[in-house]
Amino acid sequence: MSGGRRAGVALLLVAAAAVPRTAPGAQRAAAQDTARGKAVYDRWCAQCHGETGAGDGPAAGYMLPRPRDFTAALYQVRSTASGELPTDADILRAIDQGLPGTAMPGWKGRLSADDRRALVAYLKTFSAFFEGATPQPLEFTGPPGGGEEAVRIGRQMYDSIGCAKCHGQAGRGDGPSTAELDDDAGHPIVAADLTQNWRFNGGGRVEDIYRTLRTGLDGTPMPSFSDLIDQRFLTDRELWHLAQYVRSLSPATPPRARDVILARRVDGPLPAAPDDSAWAGAEEFWVPLVGQIIRKSRWFASAVTGVRVRALHNGEELALRAAWNDRSQSPDTAWLAYARKVLAALAGDDSAPPEARPWPDQLVVQFPRRIPTGMERPYFLMGSGAEPVYQWRWQSGGPGAEEGTARGLERYEVQPPSSQTLGARAVYDQGEWRVVFTRALATPDTGNDLQFETGRPIPIAFFAWDGSSGEHGTRMAVSSWYYLALAEPTPPGVFLAPIVAAALTVGLGLLAVRQANRGRGGAGRPA
Amino acid sequence: MRTVATIAAAIAVGLACAGPLAAQGGATITGRVRFTGPKPTNPTIDMSEEPQCKAKYQTPPRAETVVVNPNGTLANVFVYVKSGLPADAKYPTPTTPVVIDQDGCHYRPHVLGVMVGQQLEIRNSDPLLHNIKARGTANRGFNISQPRAGMKTTRTFSRPEVMVALECNVHGWMNAYVGVLPHPFFAVTGTDGAFTIKGLPPGTYTLEAWHEKYGTRTATVTVTGTETKTAEFTFAAQ
Repeated sequence: MSGGRRAGVALLLVAAAAVPRTAPGAQRAAAQDTARGKAVYDRWCAQCHGETGAGDGPAAGYMLPRPRDFTAALYQVRSTASGELPTDADILRAIDQGLPGTAMPGWKGRLSADDRRALVAYLKTFSAFFEGATPQPLEFTGPPGGGEEAVRIGRQMYDSIGCAKCHGQAGRGDGPSTAELDDDAGHPIVAADLTQNWRFNGGGRVEDIYRTLRTGLDGTPMPSFSDLIDQRFLTDRELWHLAQYVRSLSPATPPRARDVILARRVDGPLPAAPDDSAWAGAEEFWVPLVGQIIRKSRWFASAVTGVRVRALHNGEELALRAAWNDRSQSPDTAWLAYARKVLAALAGDDSAPPEARPWPDQLVVQFPRRIPTGMERPYFLMGSGAEPVYQWRWQSGGPGAEEGTARGLERYEVQPPSSQTLGARAVYDQGEWRVVFTRALATPDTGNDLQFETGRPIPIAFFAWDGSSGEHGTRMAVSSWYYLALAEPTPPGVFLAPIVAAALTVGLGLLAVRQANRGRGGAGRPA
Repeated sequence: MRTVATIAAAIAVGLACAGPLAAQGGATITGRVRFTGPKPTNPTIDMSEEPQCKAKYQTPPRAETVVVNPNGTLANVFVYVKSGLPADAKYPTPTTPVVIDQDGCHYRPHVLGVMVGQQLEIRNSDPLLHNIKARGTANRGFNISQPRAGMKTTRTFSRPEVMVALECNVHGWMNAYVGVLPHPFFAVTGTDGAFTIKGLPPGTYTLEAWHEKYGTRTATVTVTGTETKTAEFTFAAQ
């Protein structure tokens, strides 16, 4: 938002606050708000939340979690105790900032302050629970000092009050109870992946996490932990430390996608195992993934949010390590009911849900068959008949990875055994897959295999499936094209060149100055 | 299904079916809830993820969806006066709370009743995390956690509702039902399938029997003075 617009919104807020509110005046104003709120709602909100506020708009069937059903007056993100209604400020915050990790965007930049305030008034008319209610926010203290000791105590709390039952030992939302969770509307829901705080519905700051612990997320399986403090089983400070620990599971800032994945050159053998210590020396690149919604059957609830990629080469071979969070090691029959529910919940008019089966987890790393010379690349979604793509396909529970050629989303052909040279090793550990692919830069099958070269941008894309979430076939998560760059060998000239260049620059500069001075002196004319 | 667990549960239900304090005098409606047809088998519950709960059972615990008593009656049926009471009548809210315990990763009792505004005391006797999610439509739902043994939380419901469902999301097999009424005329059948509702003023009442799987049955009974009349309900296997 620009400074001017921000100031404008601030002015509107001030203007709104300045309106005098006597009792009958307040009633009149509330009625005006409701009428204005309805107009805003019908235009911007009803598509998802439905005309009657029941969370059943035309677009709702494409979303999981579903849009809020306002008629039940169950709000996840509140400052009030579990079971209580949200305050106006709570509802306004959700409208302003949206709900991360869901389809709900923030509206602060699109709707005026008056419109948003009117919307709050209108949303409350969907439930009789709001009539005459004055929800009181809980009083929260501020966070105590953080640091290692706070995080250590927080981890003790995490263990002692059973967070791992749903959120898992490493916090990736892979606890033993997560496969069978439903929200209050009966739709499947998973425990939050606590290592991705930028996707927390209630916000990712320590204060937000603490608030969620105190209030719970009503309508979901996440309970309030306030009773622990009220009954002195835990101190308030310990709960804050738990929030600080949870915050520490995510990076300081959300990962950002970069265009180029750089494969550093190293000497000697490459790390072929996912947990080889040599990977610590390779920079990590984040590749975000989204649901495949271009071709039928579309998929709006992709489970894998992104892949963390590292790559190294030694002039002969390339090793590429892909790691991603996945709540289950598929195939896993314990998740069949979950997959069935997800598929049923997302059965759009364009796709009859298939019968859920214990599908594997899969990852595809995709390249063009040849390094393009210009800007042209094959179609990112698995190429086309005219321009096929070269793929590495790994799946869990199988023998490893294979090389193949795709000529479209569902036109994939594995290469013959004689042409298979790809190595792959995988580890599943507490909600994370780590897979290392290794291949020689040059292979005999030059017609089908990409021949890797150093110093050239090589298009690369990723696709991922979580079998336990019902992902199979076209129901998957996709990235667009990125680039992989294999660092050039470092000849001695690289170190000499800057010195030569600097010397030349200085020399030429001096020459130019002297020429200029001489010219001025000789002609006697100002420049 | 003669396990220690079932017996313990049945005793708990039996205690609960004593119901609220009966008013002095008035008429009584009593009866049994019969069950016909083949006795269904409740699935066993795999508690291996909670060894501390599993250790409380000598034989594998089972769900309590349909508990048929040896005398051919049905337990865990909520029987209550649905209509017929004077519209303007007010009944004092009992000051004693109704207790529901989480013990061996089970709710005890499985079905219970409270009056509007009466305290429901939720206890945890297990040394592990339970969350208690209440789901109603007339009443506000809530979701609280009890990660420690010895915790007690008191909640009330502000509107009549048959039923408010309780569930634990950590242990998907745990569920219970709370009937919330504006009067004290309700009971839950126990190990003998019997119910007794005392202290009714003279009148014609519609009684409803509610079961979590088989739905509801109704009966109409007219009482006068301090007489005792019987009502019978029958649920058939499906």
